[in-house]
Amino acid sequence: MADLAIDPRMELNPPLVQGGMNYADVTEKISTIVEGRPPKQWYIAMGIAVPLALLLFACLGYLVATGIGVWGNNSPVGWGWDITNFVWWIGIGHAGTLISAILFLFRQKWRTSINRAAEAMTLFAVACAAIYPLFHTGRPWRAAYWLFPLPNEFLHMWQNFRSPLMWDVFAVSTYGTVSALFWFVGLIPDLATLRDRATTPLRKKIYGLLSLGWRGSATQWRHYELAYLLLAGLSTPLVLSVHSIVSFDFATSLLPGWHTTIFPPYFVAGAVFSGFAMVVTLMTLARWIYGLENLITMKHLENMCKVMLATGMIVGFAYGTEFFIAWYSANQYERFIFLNRAFGPYAWAYWSMIACNVIAPQFFWFKRFRTSVPAMFILSIFINIGMWFERFVIIATSLHRDFLPSSWGYFRPTWVDIGTYAGTFGLFLTLFLLFLRFLPSIAISEVKGVLHQQVSAAHGGSH
Amino acid sequence: MNGLIPLNLSSLTGRKYWRSLNQLADSPEFRQWVEREFPEGASELLDNGSRRTLLKLMAAGFGLAGLTACRRPVEKILPLSKGVEGYVHGRPLHYATAVASCGIGTGLIIECNDGRPTKVEGNPRHPFSLGATNAFQQAMVLDLYDPDRARQVQKKGVKSSWQEFEAWWKETEATLGDGSGLRILSARTASPSLDALKAEIAKKYPQSAWIEFDAVNSDRIVEGLRLAFGQPLVPHYRFDQADVVVALDCDFLGIDTLTPQPVKQFAARRRPQEGRELNRLYAIESNFTVTGAMADHRLRARASDIGAIALALARELNVSGAELKVLDSGNDRQKKFIAAVAKDLAARRGRCLVVAGPRQPAEVHALVALINQALGNNGQTVSYTRPPFTPADSLAEVGRLAADLAAGRVRTLVVLGGNPVFTLPADHNWAELFRKTTVVALTADENETWKAATWQLPEAHPFESWGDVRALDGTASIQQPQIQPLWGGRSALEIAALLAGRAQRRGYDIVRGYWTAQWGADAEKKWQQALYEGVIEGTRFPAVDAKADAPRVFAAVQSALKPAPAGIETVFYPSWSTFDGRFANNAWLHETPDPMTKLVWDNAALLSPATARRLGVKDGDVLELAAGGRAVRCPAMVLPGHADDSISLQLGYGRSACGRVGRGVGHRIEGLRAAANFWFGPAEVRRTGSTYALVTTQEHHTLIEPITGLKRHNIVEEYTVEEYRRRAAHGGHESHHPTDLFPEFDYSKGYQWGMAIDLNACIGCNACMVACTAENNIPVVGKEQVARGREMHWIRLDRYFSGEEEDPQAVMQPMACVHCEKAPCESVCPVAATAHSPEGINEMAYNRCVGTRYCLNNCPYKVRRFNFLNWNKDIPEVRKMVFNPDVTVRMRGVMEKCNYCVQRIEEKRSQAKAEGRRPIRDGEVLTACQQACPADAIVFGNINDPESRVSKLKREARDYSVLEELNTKPRTTYLARLRNPNPELV
Repeated sequence: MADLAIDPRMELNPPLVQGGMNYADVTEKISTIVEGRPPKQWYIAMGIAVPLALLLFACLGYLVATGIGVWGNNSPVGWGWDITNFVWWIGIGHAGTLISAILFLFRQKWRTSINRAAEAMTLFAVACAAIYPLFHTGRPWRAAYWLFPLPNEFLHMWQNFRSPLMWDVFAVSTYGTVSALFWFVGLIPDLATLRDRATTPLRKKIYGLLSLGWRGSATQWRHYELAYLLLAGLSTPLVLSVHSIVSFDFATSLLPGWHTTIFPPYFVAGAVFSGFAMVVTLMTLARWIYGLENLITMKHLENMCKVMLATGMIVGFAYGTEFFIAWYSANQYERFIFLNRAFGPYAWAYWSMIACNVIAPQFFWFKRFRTSVPAMFILSIFINIGMWFERFVIIATSLHRDFLPSSWGYFRPTWVDIGTYAGTFGLFLTLFLLFLRFLPSIAISEVKGVLHQQVSAAHGGSH
Repeated sequence: MNGLIPLNLSSLTGRKYWRSLNQLADSPEFRQWVEREFPEGASELLDNGSRRTLLKLMAAGFGLAGLTACRRPVEKILPLSKGVEGYVHGRPLHYATAVASCGIGTGLIIECNDGRPTKVEGNPRHPFSLGATNAFQQAMVLDLYDPDRARQVQKKGVKSSWQEFEAWWKETEATLGDGSGLRILSARTASPSLDALKAEIAKKYPQSAWIEFDAVNSDRIVEGLRLAFGQPLVPHYRFDQADVVVALDCDFLGIDTLTPQPVKQFAARRRPQEGRELNRLYAIESNFTVTGAMADHRLRARASDIGAIALALARELNVSGAELKVLDSGNDRQKKFIAAVAKDLAARRGRCLVVAGPRQPAEVHALVALINQALGNNGQTVSYTRPPFTPADSLAEVGRLAADLAAGRVRTLVVLGGNPVFTLPADHNWAELFRKTTVVALTADENETWKAATWQLPEAHPFESWGDVRALDGTASIQQPQIQPLWGGRSALEIAALLAGRAQRRGYDIVRGYWTAQWGADAEKKWQQALYEGVIEGTRFPAVDAKADAPRVFAAVQSALKPAPAGIETVFYPSWSTFDGRFANNAWLHETPDPMTKLVWDNAALLSPATARRLGVKDGDVLELAAGGRAVRCPAMVLPGHADDSISLQLGYGRSACGRVGRGVGHRIEGLRAAANFWFGPAEVRRTGSTYALVTTQEHHTLIEPITGLKRHNIVEEYTVEEYRRRAAHGGHESHHPTDLFPEFDYSKGYQWGMAIDLNACIGCNACMVACTAENNIPVVGKEQVARGREMHWIRLDRYFSGEEEDPQAVMQPMACVHCEKAPCESVCPVAATAHSPEGINEMAYNRCVGTRYCLNNCPYKVRRFNFLNWNKDIPEVRKMVFNPDVTVRMRGVMEKCNYCVQRIEEKRSQAKAEGRRPIRDGEVLTACQQACPADAIVFGNINDPESRVSKLKREARDYSVLEELNTKPRTTYLARLRNPNPELV
């Protein structure tokens, strides 16, 4: 380690894996997380996550049994926390695929130690998000299959393909499917590692089944790499498309505050912003719980902070553009809705959003904040909150005062709104903790690849 | 099964279930019918020697066939197996009837589906309905099926029966002697049959007294005209003949009219396209009423200042010829206003009208009569007849009753209808006084009076009982039942017959007997005619050609005129939801907002912004109002345009003994209302420090945006008559539609339905809202859910204030689905549950809807209503009878909205098809809102037919689309609101 400090090349380009780990160390470090007993922190976290997940199911059960009226939704605010949470969770789900696919295509090697967990996060976030489009409907028992062109008693009647909600159904389900495939394909070599290391017949059987007969032969690696590349290529446009289409839910309406062409890029930037914030939140925690400082290094974290700074600036710019266009359009309703956001009854939400999304990331201009784990943890939480407010501001403030002043209203959440949202955290955390417990949370095979390159490039180290 | 079923639910205690209505209908008549096998009269045919009977029946049959066969010839209301001629299963039958409110009748037509009255319409033949109804009449049908009605004859809460009551009365009767211990207290009635019975009772018990009292009455008008003309009279106005109308504390378009007639007349002068000059309305009032909202000029004045204003107006018009002593209380604005009004009136002699409200003292009415006479309006815009009710000073009479009760001079008090314990003046503790004697109370529900009574008798609903009523001008109508009494109730008429000692005590016999005696020969034909038409020919009172005695009036006015006391005064108004408390258990009316305040499920102490500031009061602050040693509490609500130092209170809330809907709703302010301040009087106001949640359906009250302060255009168009003439001359309103992505709607064939709503005629009276509720099975959600913004009305009345806060103008805008051709809701529904019909109706397929609410979000008019919860859960069986069978009852989780009463279109389509495949005629399909509208502000029809009324209105210069720039191309367009200002007051 002392050598590293004096090597000028190390200063410029520190290795992606630190602590002088070799192949065996990497395998050992990551596999033992899955094989050994989880630390106490894991049980504590599960103790929080599982009851929350149960709360989600209780709230959803109550909702389905009683009606949407248990939420705070009303007329004119037909969508409240439901679609806010949907868009928020979908946004969170962006970083995973972005890190895995886009950074893979751009040969950003630093992604390797975080991509697995980020992908898992994507999947679980999409799962949480997918709850809302279904359960926000008045009759989910019908929406569950009437929204798909399935053969049923209404076969002679098609869905309305003009509706952005319809596009949403396809966008989100495609995204979910491809993300899951991508994630699973990436897991195969590591699952085989776990199979080979397994000591009990049950583990052997399960991991054996999941690793699909992986032997690690050159042919298999060749096919695998190609498949991974193709999936990465397939996922990349989806990252852009899914949130663009989610934004169409709003952009294609005629509601002032929704009806705007800036939404697709603005939503994608916001999604990446919030996705990275969530990755930072979770990675700093995982790093701390499992002591992964050598794999998830400061370089990773700093890079993610830079991404947050960049996307945060895009988002901030979009907020400004919206105001400019509202003024420039000379449309009275447009002007009003934006002024109403900033100075109306929901001003508190708007300024919370500005504070969290525009001001908070500015700290990342300073290396001191980019390299401080507590600072970035706190700022990432702020960004998560801010991005939730962004969606809430877009949805609620646009709806609550639209065209006819006679029909203006206000949205107040109920305990079921809050319980459902808290519950999705429970579900997300439960899934994530189970993932940490049963699957290699860092891509062993990929890290090994990076390890080799960097170590030889560094010429030093302990061996 | 399908017929007019003699239901008898009175034998039920607790929850019972029945398999069919017939099983439930266990009346003696029904049992007898079952036993008889053949209908009454039919088995007589088998008897020997009844050839004459056969011929008689045949003659009667032919007679009936001549009439549209929806009349029931006999009193018995029988299952349809006995045959109503022309009845087709599933198609409703319509029967004419009439109902009275505060002694004034209105003719109605009731739609009955399979024997259940489900919908009330106005009777076009009736001079005070003219086919329209008000909100209360629309809601009556819900009261009929109210599960909380009085059901059981009781003696002090113990189950009894009519037989026991009659037996008791027989015993009591013997002890009554000359009737010095007998008092009968009823609501004001206008029933010729009952008048006859009253006379019989008075003859039988010469020392007895029949007292009539209504919490809302026109005593002061009649008294004022007695002062002017020397005889008790009622005024009849011709608003359609008046170019200028001055309303002195008179909400003649709103809560002060019990019939739709004045609105019909007034609205006839609000349509400049028909060639008649637009009228000009001046309103001088303390509360901001719907009449004030219609006014071209409005002057705020306390109710106690109206007398001085009337006098100033009289002087300005030089009515007396002599110098009048006038109080110099008015400010400059008021003086200028009166001078301009006087000038305007003087310029239109014989074509103008001054009216005063029932709250004003008799002297003001006498003065107004004099002014009208001086302006040459008598016989032109105003005429007088004798009142259809017995005129009396009811406050003095109930005062005497209280004294008699207190002194123990009353042995038996018979209460026929109403709820006097709740409504009588607060000078006495009536519940206490009632305990001093034997009270027989016939009441519709288990109300405060029922609780205080010895004998508790359930009253039959007007739709369940025979009767007759007179309209204000004397026109009599038969009130014919639509259904047998659900709970075995009896009518006041039947109890009166018992009191009179008549042998024949069934309502039918009494009414039929009375009119047969009137008609003599030809009675049968006239009876059938009366039932069919709903009005009795030749019963109208002749106009009285009287001349007002000016010196007497001036003497009275000058002596009565005192400067109004300074400080705050309270004014009592009937409520738009409960009226005087009689509709307190009617959920439809509670959920329908007050037209001006938009308040639901509550009453409030209305006060002006300046007074509120002075008192430091905000909306919802509970006030304590005290007068004459009595105090009540009521939450405050600030109403722009209200007179300063005046508080308007609505009667009929805070019922302690009421059904489940109305119990404890609102605050009872009757406790403040003594004989001395029966309509208005000074009061002390104190803030209690507590607050109360008031819920309104509209939270932003102007078209001015907050933050920017800009006015929103393209929502309500409003301009002056001059501006209108200019536009009309220029070929009207230019509309430009930019290009569309989607193809244009195909107008080339079939009916293309559309609607035009005239904002210049709409007074915002709520009749359309309640009519729509009744027609379309619209659920009631309750105060808490309205607070959450989940009310379900398909048509609502948006009310916008404009101008300064202290003295604003107001405009009403009925808003229902406007059926956009480029409907924003349709393109966003993922399952295509809302789509266009080929006839241009934006239809909702409830069973396809999954409830994403995207359509609601994307609707710029916010007319879509979502079933957030199952609003139709736990509805009592009997309440379900009110449902319109032609309209689906929606489940939770689906969206709903106005569909132009598509069921009514289909009904007429099938009728037209059956009548030789003729086309549907213009005006044949009436939407529920249109049919109820007393102002004829809503016109619906085929816009593909250039000659239809709606097409013509759409070509009018005033026609515009709300939010036209959105290019949604709504099928419902609006006609701009016009103002006809007096140039001198601008």
